[in-house]
Parts: sequence; structure tokens; C-alpha cells
Amino acid sequence: MSAVIENHHDDHHHGPAKGLKRWFYTTNHKDIGTLYLWFSFAMFLIGGAMAMIIRAELFQPGMQIVEPEFYNQMITLHGLIMIFGGVMPAFVGLANWLVPMMIGAPDMALPRMNNLSFWILPFAFFILLSSLFMEGGAPNFGWTFYAPLSTTYAPPSTTFFIFSVHIMGASSIMGSINVIVTIMNMRAPGMGLMKMPLFVWSWLITAYLLIAVMPVLAGAVTMMLMDIHFGTSFFNAAGGGDPVLFQHIFWFFGHPEVYIMILPAFGIVSHIIETFSRKQLFGYSSMVWAMLSIAILSFVVWAHHMFTVGMPLAAELFFMWSTMLIAVPTGVKVFNWIATMFRGSITFETPMLFACAFVVLFTLGGFSGLMLAITPADFQYHDTYFVVAHFHYVLVPGAIFSIMAAVYYWIPKWTGNMYDERLGKLHFWLSFVGVNVTFFPQHFIGLAGMPRRVPDYALQFADWNMVSTAGAFLFGFSQVFFLFIVIKTVVGGKKATAQVWEGARGLEWTVDSPAPYHTFTTPPKVS
Amino acid sequence: MTNVRSLIFSIKKQFTVILFALSNKASAEWDDLNMTQGATAISREVYDLHMLIFWICVVIGVLVFGVMFYSMYAYTKKKNPVAATFHENTKVELAWTIIPFLILIAMAVPASKTLQSIYNDEAGDINIQVIGHQWKWQYRYLEDDVNFFANLSTDLDEIYNKVPKGENYLQEVDEIVVIPVGKKVRFLITANDVIHSWWVPAFAIKQDAIPGFINTAWTIVDEPGLFRGKCTELCGKNHGFMPIVVKAVEQDEYDLWIKEKQAGAIALAELTEKDWTAAELVERGESLYIKNCVACHGPNGAGVTGIFPALAGSDIVLNNKTRQIEILMEGVQGAAMQSYAEQLAEVDMAAVITYTRRSWGNAEKGDGEIVVPKDIVEYKKAKI
Repeated sequence: MSAVIENHHDDHHHGPAKGLKRWFYTTNHKDIGTLYLWFSFAMFLIGGAMAMIIRAELFQPGMQIVEPEFYNQMITLHGLIMIFGGVMPAFVGLANWLVPMMIGAPDMALPRMNNLSFWILPFAFFILLSSLFMEGGAPNFGWTFYAPLSTTYAPPSTTFFIFSVHIMGASSIMGSINVIVTIMNMRAPGMGLMKMPLFVWSWLITAYLLIAVMPVLAGAVTMMLMDIHFGTSFFNAAGGGDPVLFQHIFWFFGHPEVYIMILPAFGIVSHIIETFSRKQLFGYSSMVWAMLSIAILSFVVWAHHMFTVGMPLAAELFFMWSTMLIAVPTGVKVFNWIATMFRGSITFETPMLFACAFVVLFTLGGFSGLMLAITPADFQYHDTYFVVAHFHYVLVPGAIFSIMAAVYYWIPKWTGNMYDERLGKLHFWLSFVGVNVTFFPQHFIGLAGMPRRVPDYALQFADWNMVSTAGAFLFGFSQVFFLFIVIKTVVGGKKATAQVWEGARGLEWTVDSPAPYHTFTTPPKVS
Repeated sequence: MTNVRSLIFSIKKQFTVILFALSNKASAEWDDLNMTQGATAISREVYDLHMLIFWICVVIGVLVFGVMFYSMYAYTKKKNPVAATFHENTKVELAWTIIPFLILIAMAVPASKTLQSIYNDEAGDINIQVIGHQWKWQYRYLEDDVNFFANLSTDLDEIYNKVPKGENYLQEVDEIVVIPVGKKVRFLITANDVIHSWWVPAFAIKQDAIPGFINTAWTIVDEPGLFRGKCTELCGKNHGFMPIVVKAVEQDEYDLWIKEKQAGAIALAELTEKDWTAAELVERGESLYIKNCVACHGPNGAGVTGIFPALAGSDIVLNNKTRQIEILMEGVQGAAMQSYAEQLAEVDMAAVITYTRRSWGNAEKGDGEIVVPKDIVEYKKAKI
């Protein structure tokens, strides 16, 4: 090797810059991963605070704490912030930290774009949250923003909402391109596609989904913008448009979006169950095929969100059948996880507890999803708390538990410190009880007839709403406790070894803990 | 040994007692926990479908979680220090792909059949147009020329916890939809402003009300009864406050009700001819204001800044009677203000306008002119 290249090589071995500059200018995948994770945590707490306002208002029948207008703003922002600010950036943060280390790459393929895709996010959410202080209030039409409630009848702040969605979309698309380019080009020699860790596979598929549907969302909000400001009538029946068109476009984005929020969770949980069962994952290739089938099917099921808009019988039947079909690959994944545990040698550290809870509770969410797929029954379930219970079961003990599991699992690698196992387990049990007390009763009140997105309700729903609110506050405060555990681990703790977990497999466990600022500057060999 | 047996026996006994007590309580409150069986053949079919899928899910859940919990219990590191090494089994994997698929087909067949019977679009004996408005429902009996709006009738004081809540809190309306039993009633559902959704659980009907589109749904109710439903599509501020109440009655009672409704409409029209004083109009207007206007413009006419204009001190309400009539008759394009031309009879339109012009200090600040029913009649004539 020539001297010039040696020098260049040395250049790249300096550590992180000092002070704030490090975070603003960084192109390091670990720094950016950290930024994403902290940002999503902040959004999780803000969105959570909004959930507390919602649940507090619903503690008893009658209007107590907020007015209906503000209540609607809360449900809208809670949904948008949790999805676009909480879950998605958390997964992008995990991808940043882990994908390069798992495939033996020195960094993401496009580091400057990586910086940009993170740093536009805070602006998007600043714009979105600032709409709370605008005349007419924040967006109040639900996170699904159905036209014409979100166009002709929307508050003036909707325009700001539209721009913030555009920025979030741009960020997601850049992040996805980065993930795809990294995975396709920077794998260590010997790591064929079917040798990739499942988290990498799950993100590869997720990234393609994001690139496919984010532009669709951008199109939908742009058409809204045109309807609001430029006199078009895309969604206005009086001008020859079609309000149902909005829903078709929205859910063509929205359903793959659901899988965007769960596929990386599948990857995470696969790693954790494998590690703590001390047994190779059962059915690796069927796991990959299952994720691929779920991703492809996700493009042909969107109208199951719209069974009540008055579609023809043929469409209702098609979307019912296609939706039911998703149960097959999802079932395969669950069976594989359980088969991995079967005859394993299992220990229950905090990540494993979260992963086990994920398998059970996500499957419960899957069952209610299957029930919702049955069109005639959906006529009764649709837009009730049954739906709220369903999607919170797949998103909270689904996506969010997987993120928490991931944090406990990899935080020793990130910080070099072990988290406090006792506190971690306490956090798990508080969250587990909290989440079930919050959302399980919502199945009942939904079946009994309570619509979603209402600030007040009839008296027969009072008991379970009270229980649900109690659970929500337990869950909410447990997450403040989680924040404490994370900070405590960052600050100090028992030093972690490189291997960290006895049964862990994968390249990220071959580097020191904490992982050096630059890893795999020369690619490892994968056999 | 006998000790253990008697212990098991007593546990069993205790358990049965508890279970019995629970099921007694549960049967009383079952409706609070589960989907209603409803009042029609279709709704019972839907309920059966729901329970079928539910039990299938329960059985699958017990099996799957059973294996999982067993593994968590039996294969801990303590009990099984060395894990097995298998990680593939084509036969098992094929089985757990194919069997779920077959179970799904078993679910899809009855579901598709029920759906087909719901999608029966033969003409109804009675056709009722249902129109969603922010935040009330309009019902138009197409054969009998009966037309009315149904507003929430729960008192604001109940909602704001100033007085105890009644039994049908948020589930009561001022005008009940009446239908005859044993007849096929078809609902033609649409909306005037944003998307609403008309849901009556007892009929298993939930159909979106979409501006510019007409969706249909139908029901045949077997027995007389009172059925309550709600709007189930977020439609703005008062989405939670636009319930539905349908009453199924025998045919003769239904015919009588139709006659009464028609007579009522004639009587209301006659009030237009009466000479009204300002005080009479204000008195009549107050309750109409509460029913129709308070949702947006507020009890004190203050509105909501940036969304719903204030009426107290508004220039139009103070000084421009013609424009005010026009707004109420035509609505405001591109805003939440809807046309009240159909919702309010001439006398009521005049009364509510006069009420706003005479309340909250408006009378002193503005021209104080009142609007009488004849002004509305003239406006209508001028339009033609």
C-alpha cells in the first residue's frame, strides 16, 4: 500500500469532534443512530403526554379537562407523532447503528445524506408542533386526515402540516436509499444475501416499502394542498372530485406503512429469541420469505380499511381474502420463533422478556386483525375501540416493545455498560401490566359499541374506560422510568464484554464494547 | 393422598362457585363486553360469524401459546443446559403453512356468504334518505314526504358535569326515526359536508355517509324496539355528539306516526302567517339557537377564534339583516356554515335570526331590527 493511502487512512481514525459540532456535522453512522434514537425517545414522550391527555379526558363520561376541538387535535398529533416521530425514527436509528456493524461495513454508504435525513426531521416536527399555537389550532382531523374534513373544513394550520409531512417523507426516502445502497454494496466478502442477519433483511424490505409508498403519501398531501389553495377539486365532490379517492391513495400508503412499522421488529425479535434460547433461529429462509410475502401482500390489501365506504361486492370479497392471506406468512414467523425456543436453553434477561411479550401480544393483535378482516364482522368493528385495541396491540407491545427490547439488547454494545438488570425487569413488568390494562379492555368497549375518536361516551362504557386510563398512566410513567434506566446506563454501569450475551451471534458482537467510533475499516471475512 | 384429593376437590368446588358467580354477573353485563346479537337476521348472522372467528382464534391461541409457554417453562437454561441444534424441518414448515391456509378458507366461506346476503340491493318497501350534517342527521322519507333533522337532546349541563347524567346520556335525540317491523327498509345514505358514518349496531349496518355519493343499506326488523347508534367517522368537533335512535313499531302505529308528522309540518307552515312580536321571536329562537347553533358559535355567541366566527358584535348580525338571512339560507361555501333552508321552517329561521340580533348586547350595538317569517318567505320568492 502506498504512503499516501496510509496517511489518508490515518485521517479517518480520529475520534469524534468535540461539542455540539460533533452532532450537527457528524457523518458517522453511530452518531446519527444515536441522534435518531434520542429524537424518537423525545417524540415518544411528547406523543405519550398527548395520550395521557386523551386518556385523562376519557377517565369519566362528560367533558372535564379539554374541549372537543382540542381533544381532536390531541388524537391527531398523538398518532402522527408516534408513527412518524416515535416508531419510524427509532427503527432508522437502530438501522444506522446496526446495519453497518452487522454486515461488516465501515459506515453507511451515503454519510452526508445520512446527516441530512436526520437533521431535517426536527424541523418537520417543530413545524407540526408549532401548529398547536396557531390560530384555529393544530390539525384536528385524525392522523388519517380524510378529506374533505382535512381540506375544505380544515383549520389554517393544515398547510403547515402538509409541509411537515413532506419533510418527514423526504427524510424517510433518503434514509431508505441509504439503507438499500449500504446493504447492496457494502456487505463483507462472503456475506451473501441469504447469510444476512434477519434485522438487515427486515430493513432491506422495509426500505423498499418506504421508497414505494412515501411518494404516494406526498402525492396525497400535495393534492390536499392544491384543493385548499389552488382551487382544484381532487377530493371535493361538488367540483367533480371524489372524497373516497383520498382514502384509496392514503391507504395505499397506509397499509404498507403498517408493515414498515413491524418488519424491523420481526428482525429484532428474531435475533433476541435466538440469542437467549442459545439455539440457532429456526427456519431462517422461511423467515425471509415470510417477510417478503408480507411486504408484497401489503400492497393489495389497503381497502380493508375502507369496508364501509360502499365498495362493490367483488372488491369487498377480494380485500377480505387478500387480507386473510397475510395471516399465513405471519403465522409462519410466530411458529418459527416458538420452534426456536422449543428445546432451547433459555434465560430471561430483559430483552428476552420483551421479545416473549412481543410474540404473545403481537399475536393477539394479529388475531383481532384477522377478525377485522372478516368484512361482515368489520361492519360492526370498524371505527370502534376494537380497532383502537387492535392497532395498539400491534404497535405498542408490538413495534415499541421490540424497540425497547433492542435498546436493552444492544445498549451494552453502544455504551460499553450493562444496564441494571433488576431495573430493566421492573420496567418490563410495569410496561407489560400497563399495556394490557390499557388496551385489553378497549376490545370490550369497542365490541359493546364505543366509537373511536370521541371525547365523551355513553354511560355503559364508563367502567372499562376508567380501567384503561389507569393502565395508560401506569404505562406512561413506566416510560419515564425507562428514560432513567437508559441515562443510568449511558453514564455508567458494569463494563460489558465484546460478546455481551452468551448466545449472541453476528459481527456486531466481534467488536469491542462500546463499539469503537470506526468499525470494520477493513472488512471482516464471513465464512 | 386423600388430603390432596380433598384439597383438589375443594379447589374445584370453589372454582365452580366463583365461575358461576362470574357467569351470572357476566350474563347480565355480557352486552357491555361483546358485540350485540342485534335485532335482525343479518345482525345475528354477523354475530355468529364474529363468535366463530373468535373461538377459532382462541383455540389457535391456546395451542400456539401452550407450546410457547411450555418451552419457556421446560427449556430454561437450568433444566436444559445444552440446547438442541435443529433449525429446519421442511415437513413441519409445510404443515404450518398449509393448515392455517385451510383454516382461513373455513373462515372465508361463511364470511363471503354473509357478505353476499348483505349485498342484496333489491328495492325496499320504504326508502329513507339519511343525510349526515355537522353534527346531526337528516331523515327524508322518500315515499311519504316526511323530512326532519335529529339533534342530540342531551343537555349541555349534563355533558359539562353540572347536573347528573341521564340513563341515555349521549344516546338520545329530539326526533326519533320510526320504521315498521317486518318491512324491508332501505336507507340511502349520504352527507352534506364531511364524511360521516351511520351505524346502528342492532341492524349490523355501518355505512359511510359521503358527500356526493349515495350508499345504501337495508334492514328488516322482526320485533318492535328502540335501537341506538352513533356516528362512527370523525367528522369534526362534535363527532361524539351525533347519535342515532331508531324505533321499530307495528305497521298501524307507523302509519299513524307518518300522518302526525305530515300534520305537524302543515301546522308549522301556518305559523308563518301569524304576526310575531320581537319578544315572541326571541323566546322561540332561544331553544332553536341552542339546538342548532351552539355547537359552533357557542352559548354566548363568541364562536371559536379562527374557525367559527363570533355572532356577538359581528357586523353582519348587528347591521346587515339581508346578508344574515342569505347566510342562513345558503350556507357559506368552503366553511363549516351549512344551509339551514331545509332544517328550519320559515318561522324558526326568523326566530333564530331575531334571537341572535337581540342577544349578548347586539340589540344595543346594532340596528336592532328583527326578522319576521314573512322576510324569509320574501327571500325565497326573490330567489325563484
